[in-house]
Amino acid sequence: MAAIKVDRDKCNGCGRCIKLCPFGQIKLVDRLATISPGCTMCGVCREACPARAISIVKKELHTENFLNYQGVWVYIEQQQGRIKSVSLELLNKAKELTQKLNQELAAVYLGNESSKILDQLLSLEIHKIYLVESEFLNRYTTDAYTQILVSLVNQYKPNILLIGATNTGRDLAPRVAARLQVGLTADCTDLDITKEGYLLQTRPAFGGNIMAQILCKYTRPQMATVRPNVFNKSIPSSITRSPEIVKVKAKISPWSIRTKIIEEVKEIDEVINLEEVHIIVSAGRGLNSPENLYLVRDLAKVLGAAVGGSRAIIDAGWLPHHQQVGQSGKTVAPELYIACGISGAIQHLVGMRTSKRIIAINKDPEAPIFKIATLGIVGDLFKVIPLLIEDLKRIKNE
Amino acid sequence: MRIVICIKQVPEISEVMIDEKTHTLRREGVPSIINPFDENAIEEGLRIKEKYSAELIVLTMGPPQAEEALRRCLAMGADEAILISDRVFAGSDTLATAYTLSLVIRKLNPDLIICGKQAIDGDTAQVGPELAEHLGIPQITYVKKVEIDPKENKIILHRETDQGYEIIQCRLPALITVLKVLNEPRYPGIKGMLMARKKKIKIIQAKDLEIDPTRLGADGSPTQVVHIFTPEVQSSGRIIKLEVKDSCREIIKYLQQEKII
Repeated sequence: MAAIKVDRDKCNGCGRCIKLCPFGQIKLVDRLATISPGCTMCGVCREACPARAISIVKKELHTENFLNYQGVWVYIEQQQGRIKSVSLELLNKAKELTQKLNQELAAVYLGNESSKILDQLLSLEIHKIYLVESEFLNRYTTDAYTQILVSLVNQYKPNILLIGATNTGRDLAPRVAARLQVGLTADCTDLDITKEGYLLQTRPAFGGNIMAQILCKYTRPQMATVRPNVFNKSIPSSITRSPEIVKVKAKISPWSIRTKIIEEVKEIDEVINLEEVHIIVSAGRGLNSPENLYLVRDLAKVLGAAVGGSRAIIDAGWLPHHQQVGQSGKTVAPELYIACGISGAIQHLVGMRTSKRIIAINKDPEAPIFKIATLGIVGDLFKVIPLLIEDLKRIKNE
Repeated sequence: MRIVICIKQVPEISEVMIDEKTHTLRREGVPSIINPFDENAIEEGLRIKEKYSAELIVLTMGPPQAEEALRRCLAMGADEAILISDRVFAGSDTLATAYTLSLVIRKLNPDLIICGKQAIDGDTAQVGPELAEHLGIPQITYVKKVEIDPKENKIILHRETDQGYEIIQCRLPALITVLKVLNEPRYPGIKGMLMARKKKIKIIQAKDLEIDPTRLGADGSPTQVVHIFTPEVQSSGRIIKLEVKDSCREIIKYLQQEKII
């Protein structure tokens, strides 16, 4: 049985762990740190204890057979015949991981009519492409895609399987992990290989207030979903050797697909994928009311930018959820991010701090957004933005 | 029709701050709340119940104090509340949590399970799909509209995609995870709160379940947190406070210098 223990001889009752416990599960009883039943064994207290009095013991599990699991796989997601950016970012990072592991890099693609995707993949530096084509894979369904990906894993046994943390990836990955009974780390923002050869997965937790590093020692493949826009994209190279294509037959019975897509609705109005654009103008509570959103919309229009928003205004229903930037929305990294009336709560910063340039306009000079802004304007956005739009229009016409 | 809502009690994340000096998490006085997405799940359950006279059971796995969150669900109008609580469940990751929940839910034999999209403390969005897999039923995630066809035993859902949304039809039983835009959760009234106080919350421990002990808690959790740190916030920018005209000029200058315009 796993257990967390406080060494009575070492604990000096300093109370540091009590302050730090993210779940508020430690109390001081007779000047000794005492852990309550709600403990999740997250390990924050163990890390922080100056007396090294806290230990977490996990039962040792078997790790045999893992030598059969080789290679790093990247699940390739497409949109309108193009490989999604997140998949290219993963291929690039996975290349680095395979070099450290001295293992092969493979792309896995499930779909129908794959020639366009295949062309794009063939220009990249990968060793293998696992390709499964079927009319039943024309559109993403949880059932068909899970079935195929699980059978590929069982047959070819990858060491690591990486999937983009998109709506599709976050639907598919947990279903696959549960069927395989393996661990899965969600929404990673960094990946590395430890000295022992494990996949070290870093992800934000608690609204981005803390970063957790996670290992998955006891099950294979090691699975993670990874946020878009945290790594650079893989670019076509003039390689000498093209990847080996492994075509696998799909055995899908139509009855096993239990959900039926009746209709796909594309919302053209403002639906630009924030993860893929170069400039984003984002609105926050500082705009005071949804009627004032025209300010950010107009500014976005002159700049050829997309419109985003903070959690506060999305929760208030000013903009739809797919326009939310932040921990519970999208992670973006455009060339330019303009934050208008956004104070910069940590959960927002997590979603946009890797933007190349950040302009913040806010009347509060203490707003945390200024800490990460490359250009911070302390001022009244209701005055600055209209004048800025005017200036930009004038320059455009010159 | 029987509906099970899975909820989680979480700290109010927006009030959790980082101590500037010690770079550590400051959670003193941070209240515990029902995970906001789960409130939308309850609300949707209540609306279905009102329309089609369903039975609504709320379920959570957590420490004894999670009872408070369940009471609030009862006050909102849920019929029954179950707390899965046992020391051996401590340290469960999403896989172990989903396994444990599935043992309880299988016995309840519901037609529909509703979960929030994700919990705001862990943000994994994994327990819903992993639970559906353990139960062997279909899942539809990121749902923003729900319609029920009780005669045909079907649901019709709008599921958010990167492009817009898709309309999906599925036979019950099924599990769905829901977005905030789905509805506006109600506040429990005084009458509801008084009623909730009298209701008994069923507590389930490991011994009440036919359970595989190797799949529980920290031992049954393949993922393991090995290190925690606070993210660095770099500050490299220029902050200016000028007249409106000059502010604009600075922005334009910056955009030109960076070749954006």
